[in-house]
Amino acid sequence: MLEIKNLHARVGDKEILKGIDLTIADGEIHAIMGTNGAGKSTLSNVIVGNPAYEVTEGSIIFNGQDLLSMNTEERANAGIFMSFQAPIEIPGVSMTNFMRAAVNSRRKAQGKEPLKSTDFLKIMREKRKLVEIDQKLMNRSVNEGFSGGERKRNEIFQMAMLEPTFCILDETDSGLDVDALRIVAEGFNKLRTNETSALVITHYQRLLDYIRPQFVHVLIDGRIVMTEGPELALKIETEGFDWIKNQQ
Amino acid sequence: MAEKNEYVKSVVKKEYEYGFTTDVHTEIIDKGLNEDVVRLISAKKGEPDWLLQFRLEAYRYWITQQQPSWAHVTLPPIDYQAISYYADPTARKKDGEQKEIDPELMKTFDKLGIPLEERLALSGTAVDAVMDSVSVKTTFKEKLSEKGIIFCSISEAVREYPELVRQYLGTVVPYRDNYFAALNSAVFSDGSFVYIPKNTRCPMELSTYFRINAMNTGQFERTLIVCDEGSYVSYLEGCTAPMRDENQLHAAIVEIVVLDNAEVKYSTVQNWYPGDSEGRGGVLNLVTKRGHLRGVNSKLSWTQVETGSAITWKYPSCVLSGDGSQAEFYSVAVTNNHQEADTGTKMIHIGKNTKSTIISKGISAGRSQNSYRGLVRVTKNADGARNYSSCDSLLLGNQCGAHTFPYMDVQNNTATVEHEATTSKINEDQLFYCNQRGISTEEAVGLIVNGYAKDVLNKLPMEFAVEAQKLLSVSLEGTVG
Amino acid sequence: MKSEQQYIELYNEVNQLIKQKSCEPMNAVRDAAFQVFRAQGFPTQKLERYKYTDVPTAFAPNYGISLNSAAINPSQYIYSISAAPIDIRPYYNKIADAADSITALNTALVHDGILVYVPKNENSDVPIQIDNHLSGNISTMLNRRLLIVLEQGAQATVIINDKGGVHPDDISFLTTQVVEVFCQPNSHLDLYEVEETDKSCSRFSNVYIRAERDSSVRHNSITLTNGLTRNLCDAYLVGENAQLTLNGCVIGSESQHIDNNTLIRHCAPQCQSDQLYKYVLDGHSVGAFAGKILVDKDAQKTTSQETNANLCASPTARMYSQPMLEIYADDVKCNHGSTVGVMDEAALFYMRQRGIPEAEARMLLKNAFMGGVIDQIPLRSLRDRLYVKIEKRFLGEYEKCEACRLCK
Repeated sequence: MLEIKNLHARVGDKEILKGIDLTIADGEIHAIMGTNGAGKSTLSNVIVGNPAYEVTEGSIIFNGQDLLSMNTEERANAGIFMSFQAPIEIPGVSMTNFMRAAVNSRRKAQGKEPLKSTDFLKIMREKRKLVEIDQKLMNRSVNEGFSGGERKRNEIFQMAMLEPTFCILDETDSGLDVDALRIVAEGFNKLRTNETSALVITHYQRLLDYIRPQFVHVLIDGRIVMTEGPELALKIETEGFDWIKNQQ
Repeated sequence: MAEKNEYVKSVVKKEYEYGFTTDVHTEIIDKGLNEDVVRLISAKKGEPDWLLQFRLEAYRYWITQQQPSWAHVTLPPIDYQAISYYADPTARKKDGEQKEIDPELMKTFDKLGIPLEERLALSGTAVDAVMDSVSVKTTFKEKLSEKGIIFCSISEAVREYPELVRQYLGTVVPYRDNYFAALNSAVFSDGSFVYIPKNTRCPMELSTYFRINAMNTGQFERTLIVCDEGSYVSYLEGCTAPMRDENQLHAAIVEIVVLDNAEVKYSTVQNWYPGDSEGRGGVLNLVTKRGHLRGVNSKLSWTQVETGSAITWKYPSCVLSGDGSQAEFYSVAVTNNHQEADTGTKMIHIGKNTKSTIISKGISAGRSQNSYRGLVRVTKNADGARNYSSCDSLLLGNQCGAHTFPYMDVQNNTATVEHEATTSKINEDQLFYCNQRGISTEEAVGLIVNGYAKDVLNKLPMEFAVEAQKLLSVSLEGTVG
Repeated sequence: MKSEQQYIELYNEVNQLIKQKSCEPMNAVRDAAFQVFRAQGFPTQKLERYKYTDVPTAFAPNYGISLNSAAINPSQYIYSISAAPIDIRPYYNKIADAADSITALNTALVHDGILVYVPKNENSDVPIQIDNHLSGNISTMLNRRLLIVLEQGAQATVIINDKGGVHPDDISFLTTQVVEVFCQPNSHLDLYEVEETDKSCSRFSNVYIRAERDSSVRHNSITLTNGLTRNLCDAYLVGENAQLTLNGCVIGSESQHIDNNTLIRHCAPQCQSDQLYKYVLDGHSVGAFAGKILVDKDAQKTTSQETNANLCASPTARMYSQPMLEIYADDVKCNHGSTVGVMDEAALFYMRQRGIPEAEARMLLKNAFMGGVIDQIPLRSLRDRLYVKIEKRFLGEYEKCEACRLCK
């Protein structure tokens, strides 16, 4: 599904990713762990095409498509979804209008007609129930005045609406908020199919109690320095990263 | 608990601490202004012809211009023919004698807390002391020259480094800039000249102390600072004047040139005589200060604490030409009694990715008027320019006024310009809280005002910050009780 | 020839005719107003309040003057000034700034106008709508006058629509408008102005508001399409506890020029004023906002909030912003803020990650930005209409649709 080769990226003048190789097959869940500033968030932002990051070398192939030649929305419409660690408020843009624009863009990319208003609202209602998000939040602007937990739930709701095939769960800095983690994890588990792949970015092993990865990668200083099974996460939880650094 | 406005008592005049006069023989030229006077000043300073021509051009332009009236101040009519344009307190009664510093002058500066003997000096500060039209003494000159730093009066610089002065003088503030700039360019007397050579960090604070002493004279200081590539200097300026019933005119120009990767900090504690509690006398402070950030990644920071002067008309500005240049303006302006201040800054963004910050705190008391006036302009090619301005006004009493006049002109769609301003009276809950803890209202106001001005005071070099804090309390003494 | 000369000559030629068509209260102040205009001429950009608009050039072309009276649909509360049911002398030209040259020119040339008069404690339930269509085959100058008098406890909603129409390309229109609003104690007025003209139209509007004790006034100025627009609004809060909302939004593109200049003067204690002006500028358009809050010495306990937020959406658009505070009372809470900025990149990225194309995401953000002003409009039908219009405007479908509506 996703194949990253020798990926280098920078923000401004600072090189952050220094040659990442990573392959994720259909239905696989991979976790990336690492210390602050190791490049975890950069990796997720580069995959989804955040214009603030510049790729200087390497390639990303997604289902046979050259991802780096696609813009952010094209990647999204190809089925990539990122659950943001800090979803932004967009005052004045209502959740309904926002979701309608997103769903219809996706449909257009798939060569489908836009949804009729009534059908769209019906789907909104179903998905809302599925992820147990309060109707009153849907009447507000995107994320405006949402609590931390509500924002996370809203991310999962959007995932439900957009039905992505590849999800990035960027949870780097919210590791301390157990409830928020659980919301994301349970929502994700409920929505995933056998084909859904995911990249889980986390600081702590806790999230991995809910979402069980087949592979755990350790990212240090812009490189993946170790890849093992889920037991690696447990070891990091008890022993930290220093022993890995010392092996370098 | 204090009733509404109870703490705002009628204004009691606090003696101006620096209001004494110095009895020293001063050579003063006849009052009045014409081409001959301009020639006379130039001759007295033994200037080269190019500088005389510069002065004459400025004078000829000045006489065609009208005094500006747009500021929110009531400038009394100025009789430019009733002022003497040159006063030299260092001149000896008989000609031909070697000039030595009159002990009276030394005493004066001692009394002002500015000892001119190097062994008594404030640690780490070199001083150029200017009285009326003449620089009395510059300390630590030799020590600084070891590093190639030039710090002397501008008159001396014209004699010793004419090419350097000629290269930069009038290039930041041309004489056509405004009415008072033209006047200054015609008749300017002394001020400081600073040149920091490439890749040099000036090891001490440089400072100029301005004093007006003689009666019916104007002071026309001219300061020029050039900070060459990769260098740094911090410069301080202080000002006082005796108490006189007549207004005294002070029309200065300060020009600063900052080259690639250089940084200049310019701090002012302005405490000219503000006039008495009835609004008689006081200095008319009409000043043009501007820095040109010519170099890439150059930095300039203006910090001013304005407590004195009857009228203040002053907008220390920055032209950000160099890509990545950064400018700051931090200001506290306190007006009391009948003082009027119209002060602020201009930030002209020309280079790419330039950044400016404006923090202004106005405090009005008595019957004073205090205005912030500022311009932020982002020109067409100034991609990525950013400005943040915050202008707060505090009103102490209901006879005063606080005004904010920001102008924004944005011609580039990648720029972000933000301005915010608030005007309010002193927070009564804070006062009450202090009172409840046993702090007198007067002291509490001092505390709160100092806290209010803290963002700016923190920017001052330490020696000055302490002085400025005291000054704020003194300026406000008597406004509350 | 200086711009003002043709108007001076025009007045000398036609003032007798105007006076015949007009009524006594309007004629009573006419000659004096003309003298003011003749003495001062047009304001130049050296004048602080006219800094951002070149008035003499706007008035330089040769326009025919229209002396036709407005067709007024007979309805309650709306009258011709010349057929006023009340003595208008205490109101007419009383709060308009006699020293303003454009007001003076309007006062000299206007022969009739509209009076909205709501007697004590009455409520005009239906919004009073005044439509101005600018169309025709001759370049024309129109001088409009509106007087709004709300007696004690009265309520009204007034909507003024300026619309362009089908006309030959070389035809242009110049409008001067003077509106005087009197809100007596405890009255309530909502006044909306929506401009949807075209690039051949120049508009000079001066609105003067006097709000007495416990009254509340809401004025919204919305510029969707235009040529050159200069709106001045002076509001005086003269009685305790008066409330004023002065909002506006501007969408500029191509070579539109929009200059809003406001003064809110707090003359009495405990009044409240809120101001929100938003601009989105595209193309070569030029926007200017200058707003002054003036708090008199006796206007203690004033609360005032002024915000001007602007988006420059093209590299060639230009915005001037000048929010001013002039305060002579100490017990006040006054804030103002102004921003000129770019679109929130983080929000754009978030939307694009959800698959929304960049252009659409930008459009949604522009809409949302304007929403801040429109959301506050209490009149639901107008609010909904404006949402649609603004969205269409940003989609670039505007002119097409409007033209269809106008054709019918």
